[in-house]
Amino acid sequence: MIHSLFLINHTGDIFLEKHWKSVVSRSVCDYFFEAQEKAGEADNVPPVIPTPHHYLVSTHRDRIFFVAVIQSEVPPLFVIEFLHRVAETLQDYFGECTEAAIKDNVVIVYELLEEMLDNGFPLATESNILKELIKPPTILRSVVNTITGSSNVGDQLPTGQLSNIPWRRAGVKYTNNEAYFDVTEEIDAIIDKSEIQGVIDACIKLTGMPDLTLSFMNPRLLDDVSFHPCVRFKRWESERVLSFIPPDGNFRLMSYHVSSQNLVAIPVYIKHNISFRESGSTGRFDVTIGPKQTMGKTVESVLMIIHMPKGVLNMTLTAAQGTYTFDPVTKMLIWDIGKITLPKLPTLRGVISLQSTAPKPEENPTISVQFRIQQLAVSGLKVNRLDMYGERYKPFKGVKYVTKAGKFQVRT
Amino acid sequence: MKPMQRLLQLPVSAVKLLKPLCQEEGQSRMLSPEGGQQSWYNAVQPDELKLLKSSAAPENQEEDPAESGHTQPIRHDDLKEMLDSNKDSLKLEAMKRIVAMIARGKNTSELFPAVVKNVACKNIEVKKLVYVYLVRYAEEQQDLALLSISTFQRGLKDPNQLIRASALRVLSSIRVTIIVPIMMLAIKEAASDMSPYVRKTAAHAIPKLYSLDQDQKDQLIEVIEKLLADKTTLVAGSVVMAFEEVCPERIDLIHKNYRKLCNLLIDVEEWGQVVIINMLTRYARTQFLNPNHNESLLEENPDKTFYGSDDEESKQEEMDTALLPKRKPYVMDPDHRLLLRNTKPLLQSRNAAVVMAVAQLYFHLAPKAEVGVIAKALVRLLRSHSEVQFVVLQNVASMSIKRRGMFEPHLKSFYIRSTDPTQIKVLKLEVMTNLASETNISIILREFQTYIKSQDKDFVAGTIQAIGRCATNIDEVRDTCLNGLVQLLSNRDELVMAESVVVIKKLLQMQPSQHSDIIRHMAKLIDNIMVPMARASILWLIGEYCEHVPKIAPDVLRKMAKSFTNEEDIVKLQIINLAAKLYLTNSKQTKLLTQYVLNLAKYDQNYDIRDRARFIRQLIVPTEKSGVLSKYAKKLFLAQKPAPVLESSFKGGRVVTHGDVFITVPDVGVSEWTKPSGREKRKEKVEKPFYSDSEGESEPTESADSESPTASESESMSEIESASDSRSDKESDEETKSDNEKNKKKARKEKSKKRDESEDSGQSEGEEKTVKKRKGKEESSSASSSSSSTSEESSSENSSSESEEDSESDTEKKSRKKSSTAKPSLRALEAKQKEISLLDLDDFSSSPTFQTSPSPNTSSKSLNLDLQGLTLTDTTVPSEVVSPSLGAVKTYELLHRITGEGLSVEYCFNRRPFSPDHTMVSVQMQFTNNSETELKNLRIGEPKLQAGMRMQGFKDIAILQPGQVAADTLGIDFCDSTQAANFQLCSQTRQFYMSIQPPVGELIMPVFMTENTFKKEQGKLMGMNEIKEKLTLPEQFRSDQAIVQRVMSIANLGRVPCGLDNEYRFAARTVSGGALVLVTLVTKDGGMAQLTINCEKMVIGTMLVKDIMQALTQ
Repeated sequence: MIHSLFLINHTGDIFLEKHWKSVVSRSVCDYFFEAQEKAGEADNVPPVIPTPHHYLVSTHRDRIFFVAVIQSEVPPLFVIEFLHRVAETLQDYFGECTEAAIKDNVVIVYELLEEMLDNGFPLATESNILKELIKPPTILRSVVNTITGSSNVGDQLPTGQLSNIPWRRAGVKYTNNEAYFDVTEEIDAIIDKSEIQGVIDACIKLTGMPDLTLSFMNPRLLDDVSFHPCVRFKRWESERVLSFIPPDGNFRLMSYHVSSQNLVAIPVYIKHNISFRESGSTGRFDVTIGPKQTMGKTVESVLMIIHMPKGVLNMTLTAAQGTYTFDPVTKMLIWDIGKITLPKLPTLRGVISLQSTAPKPEENPTISVQFRIQQLAVSGLKVNRLDMYGERYKPFKGVKYVTKAGKFQVRT
Repeated sequence: MKPMQRLLQLPVSAVKLLKPLCQEEGQSRMLSPEGGQQSWYNAVQPDELKLLKSSAAPENQEEDPAESGHTQPIRHDDLKEMLDSNKDSLKLEAMKRIVAMIARGKNTSELFPAVVKNVACKNIEVKKLVYVYLVRYAEEQQDLALLSISTFQRGLKDPNQLIRASALRVLSSIRVTIIVPIMMLAIKEAASDMSPYVRKTAAHAIPKLYSLDQDQKDQLIEVIEKLLADKTTLVAGSVVMAFEEVCPERIDLIHKNYRKLCNLLIDVEEWGQVVIINMLTRYARTQFLNPNHNESLLEENPDKTFYGSDDEESKQEEMDTALLPKRKPYVMDPDHRLLLRNTKPLLQSRNAAVVMAVAQLYFHLAPKAEVGVIAKALVRLLRSHSEVQFVVLQNVASMSIKRRGMFEPHLKSFYIRSTDPTQIKVLKLEVMTNLASETNISIILREFQTYIKSQDKDFVAGTIQAIGRCATNIDEVRDTCLNGLVQLLSNRDELVMAESVVVIKKLLQMQPSQHSDIIRHMAKLIDNIMVPMARASILWLIGEYCEHVPKIAPDVLRKMAKSFTNEEDIVKLQIINLAAKLYLTNSKQTKLLTQYVLNLAKYDQNYDIRDRARFIRQLIVPTEKSGVLSKYAKKLFLAQKPAPVLESSFKGGRVVTHGDVFITVPDVGVSEWTKPSGREKRKEKVEKPFYSDSEGESEPTESADSESPTASESESMSEIESASDSRSDKESDEETKSDNEKNKKKARKEKSKKRDESEDSGQSEGEEKTVKKRKGKEESSSASSSSSSTSEESSSENSSSESEEDSESDTEKKSRKKSSTAKPSLRALEAKQKEISLLDLDDFSSSPTFQTSPSPNTSSKSLNLDLQGLTLTDTTVPSEVVSPSLGAVKTYELLHRITGEGLSVEYCFNRRPFSPDHTMVSVQMQFTNNSETELKNLRIGEPKLQAGMRMQGFKDIAILQPGQVAADTLGIDFCDSTQAANFQLCSQTRQFYMSIQPPVGELIMPVFMTENTFKKEQGKLMGMNEIKEKLTLPEQFRSDQAIVQRVMSIANLGRVPCGLDNEYRFAARTVSGGALVLVTLVTKDGGMAQLTINCEKMVIGTMLVKDIMQALTQ
């Protein structure tokens, strides 16, 4: 399975290596660098690179390349998925998955990797178990450690690894028992196609072994779902309720896709007029954005990103609201609008200056939009109730709805 | 304060030593570009900082990121000091630093003794870090590592299950051969432990032990068998993983656990699920009936049936009954149903690998009606990270070929976003093209139209190709697409224009007569387009359809003749081609031009072009020498060529860059387990094979050496010349092939040998065969020469004018109207294309076939051979030695790693001409350094050779790093005897005596011969020189394929075409003496056969008879 792992930063330094079997020289990464050079952009590096003796499977997260060295046939997704899991674990531990964070905590990272894989095969990847084995660093703990000389390694034995519900650690105790659910929906759109993808993230702080049941007002909306392993699939199939013993802390309970039969109400509209004049080196630019069917909620943190064609030299614009920046090198126009308050609609108007020698750009740029609407699940999904069995106390329960733009693109 | 005091008590001398160095280091730190490095160590914990302040000098040392070699001992002394202290916190500190150094790839092996001492430390974190260290370095310091073993042995008896498990985990991770028995014992004990967690750890330990010592296989299988029976979910995933790694061929072990595994599956942890599902897929595909069998028989590619033509009767009776024409209605086995039912919920897993594994299982095992459920899940994965998207799209691309309907409703999910990475864009294009049908083509084309405007030029090129493919597949839109593409010809971007030209060329080939105006338009473009591929395409089009543009063609040739010397090779070849075709159709105008071009080509730098020119001159210009062929020249050049079929590169289970199990399973994955290997198992497997079969085959370069024309060639000029062309290509290819590749092959072979012998290769073999048959067909169709010829003779000046063009266009239009009636015939043509489609695809060139023998299709072959002879008549190429078949390279061991003290040497006869001296046999040597130290100065010393024998070509190896593999080719002149060549191999310390004894089959090299020459030569070698032997062929060797393969594998022979079905002829020369060896094998009814060998060297003849007899009867 996974033979070795190299972490490589954006400048091409290998700043961490870990081997689970015999050592593979880091020169194997040269093949990766070669591919990286060929690909140009980081996103274009092929995830699987064959070399004479190995396969390199790489993922790119937060400006770090995770390069796994594989020696025999393995389903590539197995490795990719695992690498992402490593990145998520690091994120979970250090709050961010950056080179600096990893370098600062290199020993913890090493201990984690040691636990996550045994002989290249995943052993413990659940964050609950890992946290029992290796305590995440906090300021308080590092102070305590300095004084008492104790360590980050948990001194009790990790019994969670033994249980049938490996995702939940044993002996959880809280004074305030709380269960929060965030229903986040993202709208993806290109031209006439738009769809809603949603996730339910949970933060559960409950004592003991609670058995929860979450039901929806309108479960029919959900077209395609995927669950955290704790969810009992049988109950979902038969009753359309989520029944589960939750892991302790934060986790993603489910992600779903809302069936495309239901017409998706796109909460914003964009009026655009971008044109380049055939003769002369100018063009016109005029974009307006407005809310539509938001059910009375305000559209917040609106951001527009437009990748202008190569021929564009500069742009002189006036924004009726918010600020805009244009980077002449990357040709990226970013317009940070903020909140849309009716009745005034934010507009961005002005002149595009083009290279005089180059021909008129053929293509029209695509507009990517980001926005956020609080307290609204655009699909209309509603949590009906949450019941708890198995424990006697009464928890505090909360649900929050957010709608965001996913891959929201408008072609002009 | 104690730790500080201890540190301060460092030997004074050491501190002194440090001071000057510190300053130096301090400077270098300032110079070092990365400020980030500092935080690295600052973070290594606060109490270190405390130490730093008090004893700054030695600690500073530690901090420096740019430490140089000579400071290391001191720093290590310091660490040792800390490790030896009583205080846990100091030890911990030291260990943390050491681990940080390991993480950066620094060598800390010197500290091994000091670290290992702490293995019994009470502090749990110190202990863990020591384990980390131990596992990392134990392999390098085996003796010292043994010191720690007793600690783990104690741990194995601990009452706490977690301690038992972790002791076993570390113990088994220590890669030291001496402790194999201890590990074995520990695993066996742990396998029957009370605690499932310990049993899980035991399962994990199995592959570790197996990779350390493969002789333990039998014992390990027993343990696996026991653990497979385990009923806990914790163990299941791990033991299946061990099973897959150690004994995947022992499918019988699964039988009794099958239902249990199916039922446990949903509760197993996700990584285990992936492994189990993949294993069950394989299991079910070999044990159950294909639910879609009816369908697959009706498909256009019957060779892609589920189980192939698996002719192993003993194992699966039901399969045979299934293959009978009269089948019972299919009823799904309840166990099969159980598997499908229990895996379905897992499509909802959050883990992409699990979803993919289930999707793969459903794709192969579910009845057609049920497969659809996976589409939704796969589309969901497209929301994930781009790497996941990439893999999923590749799979979708190949699934969508077979089951288009499944993804059609999700077409819009494959629309391309401008922010997608290029590789994702290209894959999405692929999928959309596969999904295109009459109903949705208009939507897709509209979508493509926007893509063409993109800034990403690679993507635009991909889109143009996609449009081309849609146009070929869907008749209704062909004209629309063509018009659109023609418009693109005026695109400003040259790449876009060039790509359009290439695609239009392919489209026009389907119905040239209707589109002569487009051809004319393209002829004009030749002045502007500079991209070689596009220029070549235009020239080919004009040449091919010169009848449609009779006025323009000579003028284009005139222009090209002018610029000939400045063109790229590919364009030059097409100019020659165009000249030849024009000469044949319009020699009046173009004779002089053609001769001019041929003269230019004659002195070209590129030998391909010189060869081509020579060949074409012989063929088209009638001289007294040229013989019969020039009569057929017109037929040869202007034969009806099948239009290329633009098809998905994913067709046929091909993988683009890597061996995803799913994609490779249909063709390769199965054969992976079922390669026949009549050869005995090798006892020694020094190293793990690098490649599984499926992986290797996915690399396009690997098998491109088969005799097929490469894809681009077959597309751009599917002409008769390509046969000879590709041959020369092939030869040069082979010579330039890197050693690496040879190694790969070897490794692959090793693996296939290792594979289980009990199963059969029905599928892969069958496929190989069909590929060959198709190839044969194509050759015959393209070379279909018949009846009379009309080689005109005339001489006039080339006069062509642009003005004629206009007048011509009217008539052209008329002809276009007329030709619309020609459509039906095109249909027929298309049907024909389907049959030979395999050849036209890229995937043929990368298909897994090793060319084990020349094509059995003799009639067309012989024509090729004749042509070959013709082209070579006036050349001075050393001999007509053909490039050998590569299928049967057998590796021999020269030096075992034990006797060689870590150095192992293997050799094989690679059957290539040895380049400096053609009288030598080329021996491919591979040196592997298995020891820990590097070997220096490997060279050959004092060969003790028999009289007349010579050796040459060995280049001394200066340094062989541990684990490194070096390869070299050695030439040995064995003087046509099987006497061994003895020599010494010297390293800096030792000398090894070696001896290479060649089998008689390797002392010869194949020659090409026509049937007539063969008979003539045979006539000269009668009497004493002829040896005849009778033999009975066993059942399995009665097919053509098998006979040829057996013979070719035992001896390096060249096949000679033969008119008779039951006769096989081979010819070769001895490498050293050049004596002819002619082998004839005549088969008769009932497996009787007669073997005749004619050779003037009687010893060789007799030995060869013996070897061949043995090969054919065993």
